[in-house]
Formats: sequence, structure tokens, C-alpha cells
Amino acid sequence: MQMPAPKTLPKISSRALNVFYGAKQALHDINIDIEANAVTALIGPSGCGKSTFLRSINRMNDTIANCRVEGRLIIDGQDIYAPHQDPVQLRARIGMVFQKANPFPKSIYDNVAYGPRIHHLCEDKADLDGLVETSLVKAGLWDEVKDRLHEPGTGLSGGQQQRLCIARTIAVGPDVILMDEPCSALDPIATAKIEQLIHELEAHYTIVIVTHSMQQAARISQKTAFFYMGKVLEYGETGQIFTHPGLKQTQDYITGRYG
Amino acid sequence: MSNTNLIAKRHRAEKRFQRYGQCAIGLALLALVLLLATIVERGWRGFYYTEIRLTLELDANTLGHDAVSFRHADISPFIKQALLKQFPVAADRRSLRELVGLVSSGATQSVRNALIANPALAQGSHTFWLPASDAVDRAQKWAETVGTPEIARKISNRQLGWLDTLKSQHAVQTRLNPLFFASGDSREPELAGFAGSMVGSLLTLLSCMLLAFPVGIMAAIYLQEFAPKTKFTEWIEISVNNLAAVPSVVFGLLGLAVYLNLLGIPRSGALAGGLTLALMILPTIIITTRASLRAIPDSIRDAARGLGASPMQVVLHHTFPLAIPGIMTGTILGLARAMGETAPLLMIGMVAFVADIPTSPLDPATSMPVQIYLWATSPEQSFAEKTAAGIIMLLLALILMNSLAIFIRKRFEHRW
Repeated sequence: MQMPAPKTLPKISSRALNVFYGAKQALHDINIDIEANAVTALIGPSGCGKSTFLRSINRMNDTIANCRVEGRLIIDGQDIYAPHQDPVQLRARIGMVFQKANPFPKSIYDNVAYGPRIHHLCEDKADLDGLVETSLVKAGLWDEVKDRLHEPGTGLSGGQQQRLCIARTIAVGPDVILMDEPCSALDPIATAKIEQLIHELEAHYTIVIVTHSMQQAARISQKTAFFYMGKVLEYGETGQIFTHPGLKQTQDYITGRYG
Repeated sequence: MSNTNLIAKRHRAEKRFQRYGQCAIGLALLALVLLLATIVERGWRGFYYTEIRLTLELDANTLGHDAVSFRHADISPFIKQALLKQFPVAADRRSLRELVGLVSSGATQSVRNALIANPALAQGSHTFWLPASDAVDRAQKWAETVGTPEIARKISNRQLGWLDTLKSQHAVQTRLNPLFFASGDSREPELAGFAGSMVGSLLTLLSCMLLAFPVGIMAAIYLQEFAPKTKFTEWIEISVNNLAAVPSVVFGLLGLAVYLNLLGIPRSGALAGGLTLALMILPTIIITTRASLRAIPDSIRDAARGLGASPMQVVLHHTFPLAIPGIMTGTILGLARAMGETAPLLMIGMVAFVADIPTSPLDPATSMPVQIYLWATSPEQSFAEKTAAGIIMLLLALILMNSLAIFIRKRFEHRW
């Protein structure tokens, strides 16, 4: 397993991370560093643990009854699995976008405003209006919805809903955005829009994206980690992984020998 | 067998199977129609009563001038006088009793109410429509004549003659009985009203909601969203499901022991009845609330958690509001069941004869099904139609509540 020397301090580091679902071990000894303000792609066949690793970063696995996490996951120098860490506050710093867009059955405005409201980020309505607009602009959705902010978010198209979810996530002001196959339910044009959006966001956010599409990983990420059966087999610069992979298994997966 | 034969056989079997289903539905509908037709046929007369028009010569010197004196005044002599003027009879006891037996014992109250409304009537000669007695009422409703065997009717031959005279003067009318909806129970069938039990049922349901709704909802939210999955919580779930199947009369015993004996809540009151029924529908509310919460997809919870919402915020801001239509439906259905329950209320004493309409949940009261039961067990013939009329009212109330539940479900429930 190759790990390039980090130029700056890594945003997220996992050290000896092992995750168990009951008796079954889903992740074995994961040690990777994720760079700040860059896009890191997690690729691998189904069931290899990429989503589990992603959900470990914002402690969403806590909600699963028989899930046990051993090891350390360090974000900004702090181990988030240390005994007195608050997962709720953690999730305000780390946003998540899911495979199927899940806007709340509320208005577009209320969807984006929900996070700032519960974290009391704005002092008055004008502030909140501004934050909602900024988030929708950053998500590339403002022009399409600015006249119908009070219509339900569920009335948008699939691609628009996913961008709404991204806007909702950005509104809380996280440093990290986790994306779990965000484009798998979208058509190519909507996918292209989202990828363009990720490209615009990467300068200001650390993005970790799980994807089934090799081409997508190659297009948008700077670093790629290849997961297989709960282990990270290879991790490095995207260009390197896709043109000169170190292991035969990586080569086989990338060229489509198995999925 | 050839192929076409097999196909034909299969088609016949399919048709037969569908016919079985249609027959079953036909039988069920037939039973429903028979039930409704029987009840309406038996009960529509209970909504009507007969009135007799009499001209009373009233004297303000004896009666007084204000509501207080009217309430204490003795009106029956005036009624007797008016009847004697119309039908002069021998002054023997039996004849007089038959004569006065044309009007109801509630006629004096009817006059009193008119005087209180318009004190000017207390002087001079005025006509009043007075409720007729049960004997006259039955004669009108069942078209009893001299030909009907005397054993089968309450009205005597002489009274029938008087009645015919009054009818020729257009002094007899049968119309909707306002007392049915305005007054409480009575010993006299023509005066017996359903209002007391309707208010009693309402107060009982309110008391029931007061306990069952908050406790049921909170318990369900905790069990569904927060409680860890342990053997203990599994046991609680099994117990709740079992309690939903316990016969209702058992809750009556529980109510008697705890509410009446231990806590000293007034017997026969709507509060005691409501609290007893609350225990009965609590398992139902918990089960339906949990089902409504379970129906909310996890994607909503994940989205809220991902934004940094705490477990309480996830439930209060998202899960619970979205589950409200389902919860309302379940609650209304539980209340509809509570409204129709009789056995537990009998055990805690809401079976007394209550003539007044209750004003608070602590006053003695009775509920609609119990009132129906009391009327059904009464030996008086005319209470039979009152019973059926009460059943019609109860059915209407149940249909209303169930329709409300269906409306809420159709209009507000989100299809995921």
C-alpha cells in the first residue's frame, strides 16, 4: 500500500480503524490520510466497506445498533472516537450527501435553513435569507429556484434535489463534505452538473466521495483509495492509480474485470 | 385431456373462485342492510312524540310573575280544569285519572318553561301544546283503535274516544321530539332524552384523551426511537400487544379497584369512566403510533442527523410531525372503540339512572351505550323504540368518527 508524503497536515487520518457489525468485521486496519481541500475518491466492488468507512468519518455508524468501532479517526488533530466526543456537534462540521436525494418534505427555503436554525448560526431573518441564497448559489441551484423558494423541495427533479441536499449541507458551514454515491440515481446531464459543482467546491471543502464509476473518480478526484474486502489495497494520486496501478487486483478492477 | 379442455377448465375454475368472493361480499352486504333496516324500522318512532293542544285559563295571582315563582307554582290544577272543560266527566277518581292521563306528567314542566320564557302568559286564556302521555303517544304511533285488543294497548276505550274528538279539532300532532336531544333520562318514555348520555359520552372521551393520548404517544416515541433493543424492551412490546387483546370488562375491574377504591374518584362520574377507558385504548394508541413512526423512512432521519440534529431534534422536528396523520387516525379509531364500550363502564358504576345532564366530569353521568342498555332492559313497551333510536344515534356518531379518521388519512398521509 502506497501513501504519498503529505504536503500539508492531513485533514482526516485513520489509524488502525476496525469496524464490526456484530461478529462480522467490515473494515480491517484502515490507515489512510485524507488531504484537506481536495477530493478523495473511494472505489471498490460492492460490499467492500467504502460506505462503512465514509459513515465512520461522521459517526453515522453510531446509529446502527450492533456496530462497533475500534481504532482512531483523527480530524483536525482530535480523535473523534475518544470517550467524551459529541457526535452531534461533530456532524455539524461534517456534512453528508446520500445516494438517493432526501430533501425534507418542507419548502426549499426551509430545507436549506434547517441546519442554520438548529445551530443558531444567524441572528435575524435577513441573515438567514442571505445564508440560504449563498448556499443555493454555491450549489448552483439559485437561478432555478429563486422564484419558488416556498414550494416543497420534493417537487424538484432528481438532480435538483441532490443539489438542494448539497446546498443544505453547505449552509451549516462544514469543513468536510462526505458524498455516498451522490450521482448513482441521476442521469448523465445531472451527473455532469454535480461533478462541476464538486470541482467548484473542492477549493474550500475537503470532499470524500464514494463512487462506483471509475470514470467519475478519474474525472473529479485528486486522490483515490481502492477498497477490497474491508481493506485498503491501494491509495495514491488518482492519475497514478488509474494509469499505473501497483497491484494486479487494482488493475483488474479498474479495467472492469470484476465489479 | 387436450390443451383446450384444460384451458377451459382453468377458466371455469377462475370464474368459480371469483363467484365465491362475490357471494361472500353479497352475504356481508345483505347482513349489513338487514341490520340497518331493522334498526331504522324499530327506532325512527323514538324520535317522534305526540302533543295535545289545550287552552289554559291562567291566573297570575296564584302563579306569580317571575321565574322563581313559576318554578314552584302548581300548574296541574289548571291543566285538569282545561281538560274538564273540554270533556266534562263524573267526578269519580277513576274518570279523573283517565282524563288527566291524556297528557304527560311532564306537561307541567312544559308550561313552566313557556311561562319563564314569556311571563305575560301567566294571565288569561292561552293555548299550549302539551306533551301527550305515553298511552296517547302509542295510540298515535301504532294506529290503535277500539278494534285493537285491550290487552295489547295502554290507552282505554274512553280515552280513545276523547282522542278522536281532539283529532277532529286538529288538536293533536305528532312531531319530532325536542326532548330527545335536550333532556336526560326519565321514567316516562315520552320524556326520556338522549342528551344526558351524549354529554356523558363526550366528557368521558375527553377524560380518556387526557390520559391516553400523552402517555401513549410519549411511550411509543420512546419505545420506537430511543429505547435500546434489549430483552426488556422486547418483553414490553409483547406485553403491550397482549394488553390490546384483553377483554374490556377486565379494565372495568381495574378501574374499580384503583380509581374508585384507591384514589376515591367519584363513582358514576365521566372522569372515572374516561380514565378506565384510557387504560383500555392505551395499548392501541401505542401500537398505531409506533407503526406510524416506523413508516417514516430512515432517509429523513439520516438527513437530519447528517446536519447535526440531536436525537430529540430528529424526532420532534421530523419524525413525529410526519407521523401525525397516522397517529391521528389511530387515536380516532381508538376513541371510536372507547365510545362504544359498555362493560367496563358498568363495572365502575356508570349504570345509574341519571336524569340530569352532567356539567362536569365529576357529576354522575352515563354514556350512550350504557343508556341504550338501560333502556333495553326497561319493562316499559315504549322504551323499545327509544333503545333503537339511541342505537341509531350511536351508529351515527361512530360513522362520523370513522369517516373523520379516513378523511385525515386520505388527505394528509404522505405516500413514501
